[in-house]
Amino acid sequence: MQALTNRSKIASNKKMSFMERIYFPAIVKGMFITIRHFFGKKATINYPEQTREFSQIYRGMHVLKRDDEGRERCTACGLCAVACPAEAITMVAAERKSGEENLYREEKYAEVYEINMLRCIFCGDCEEACPKEAIFLTDRIVESEYERLPFIYGKDRLVEPVDLNLRIDISARQTENVLKFKQNKRFAHNK
Amino acid sequence: MDWTLYIYKTIFLFIIFLITLVIAMYSTYGERKVAAFMQDRRGPNRAGLFGLLQPIADGLKMFMKEEIIPLTANRALFILGPSIAMTTAMLTGVVIPWGGTLTIGGREFSMQIADLNIGILYVFAMVSIGVYGIMIGGWASNNKYALLGSIRAASQMISYEIAMGMTIVALILSTGTLSLHEIVEHQHGIHWNIFYQPLGFLIFIVCAFAETNRAPFDLPECETELIGGYHTEYSSMKLGFYLFAEYINMFISSAVIATLYFGGFNMPFIDQLGLSPNLLTLLGSAFFFLKIFGLIFLFMWIRWTLPRFRYDQLMNLGWKKLMPLAIFNILATGAYYYFTEFN
Repeated sequence: MQALTNRSKIASNKKMSFMERIYFPAIVKGMFITIRHFFGKKATINYPEQTREFSQIYRGMHVLKRDDEGRERCTACGLCAVACPAEAITMVAAERKSGEENLYREEKYAEVYEINMLRCIFCGDCEEACPKEAIFLTDRIVESEYERLPFIYGKDRLVEPVDLNLRIDISARQTENVLKFKQNKRFAHNK
Repeated sequence: MDWTLYIYKTIFLFIIFLITLVIAMYSTYGERKVAAFMQDRRGPNRAGLFGLLQPIADGLKMFMKEEIIPLTANRALFILGPSIAMTTAMLTGVVIPWGGTLTIGGREFSMQIADLNIGILYVFAMVSIGVYGIMIGGWASNNKYALLGSIRAASQMISYEIAMGMTIVALILSTGTLSLHEIVEHQHGIHWNIFYQPLGFLIFIVCAFAETNRAPFDLPECETELIGGYHTEYSSMKLGFYLFAEYINMFISSAVIATLYFGGFNMPFIDQLGLSPNLLTLLGSAFFFLKIFGLIFLFMWIRWTLPRFRYDQLMNLGWKKLMPLAIFNILATGAYYYFTEFN
C-alpha cells in the first residue's frame, strides 16, 4: 500500500540497546527540551492588558448608525434580517409621527431592533444587505455574560450616541472596494 | 540546659515551622509557574504582582469549600488520614541542620532543632509513618479508586524504601555516622558526598521521587486513571492538607538530599573568605536554601518532562534495577574502605 504521507515510521520489536535501557540519556534529552521551552517565548498574551492586533476590517459587535444630524438611519426594511444566515436579527417597524423628524431619517423606523449575539456569526451579510448604510460591524468585542438573555442586544446597546464625539468609527470598514461600490447612483440618497 | 537555650529552641522551631509552610505554599505557586513556562504558557499572574498572592487565594478557596465526609466513610479514620500526612511531613524538619553555629554573647547556638545521633533513621521513620496518612485516608474513604491509590502508595513506598535505605548504608559506610550534623561536617568545603557516591545519589534521588509521590512516580494519585487516587473523596481543607503535605515532603526531601549529598550548609572556598564566623554561618544557611530551591526546581522539572510509569514498570525498576544497584553500591563502597583504610 502506498503511504499517504512521508511521516509514518516503521515500528520494530528490536531489543533496546544498553543506552536505551538505562533511560538516562533519553531523560536528559527530554529535560533539555523542556528547559528550552522554559526560556522560550510564550504563546499567550496578557489579554485584558494587551489585545491581539485586529484586522483592519475586523467584524465584531454591530452598530446602528445615525446620520450627521443625529437621526437614525435604519428604516426597518428588514433586508438585514432576511440576509442573516443565522436568523439573529428581529425587528418591529413603526411609522414616524409628526414631530419626530429629528429622531428618524425616514418615514418608517425600527421601534424594536434586536440582535441575538449568541446566534450571530459575524459574517457581515447584514451590513452588505443594508441599503441605508445603517448597520455596520465594528472592532468592538461582544462582552461575556453569565446568562443568555443579556446577549439579545436591543437598540439601547446597538444605536450609537447622538453626540458627534461619541460616534462609533466605521471608516476602517469602508475599504476601496466598498467605496467604489457606493459610487453607484442607486446609493445617492445615502450621502 | 538553661532557659536561654529553651527560648532559643522555641523561637528557632517556630521560624523553621514558618519557613517550611511558606516555602511549601510558594512551591505550589512555583510548580504552576514552572509547568506553565515549560508548556509555553504564562501561569498564574492575576492575583497580585506576578500572581504572587495566588497561594493565599488558593488557601482561602480551600477553607471556603464545603466539607464533605461521605456517609459510608469511616469518620474517625477519614479525619485522621490528612492529619497524619501533614504532621509527619512537618516533623522531619526537626533533625535537618539548617546551618552551623551562631555565637551570640559568648554562647553557641546550633542552627538545628535537635541533633539526634540517629538523625537519618529518624528521617526514615517519619517518611514511613507518612505512608499511613495516605493508606488510612484511602481506606477510610470506602471508595474503589481511593483504595487502589492507597494500595499503590503503600507498595511503592515499601519497594523504594529498601533501595533508599541501602544507599544510605553505603553513605554511612563512607561517613561513619548516623547524625545528620556530623554527615554535613564531614563534607566540609567541596568534599560533597555526591562526588564520592554518584551512583548512590542517583538511586537516592530516584527513590526520593517515588517516596514523595512525585511524577514520574505519582501512581497513588494519578488523575487520569484513579481520579485523584487516595484523595478522591476528600474536599475542602482536608484535601488541602494532603496536597500541602506533598509540597512539604518535597521541600523536606530536597533538604535531606542537600544535606546528605550536596554538603548541607557547606559552601566551597568558605575558609578563604575570611569573614566573621556568624556571617559565615548565615551565608552557609543561605547557600543551603539555594541548594534546596535548586533541588525543588529539579523535582518540578522532572515532573513536567517525564510521563508516568506503568505500575509493573515501577515495580520492575524498584526491585530489579535499583535494589541490585544499591547492593552493588554497598559492596563497592565496603570493598574500597576495606582495601584502603585497613591495610
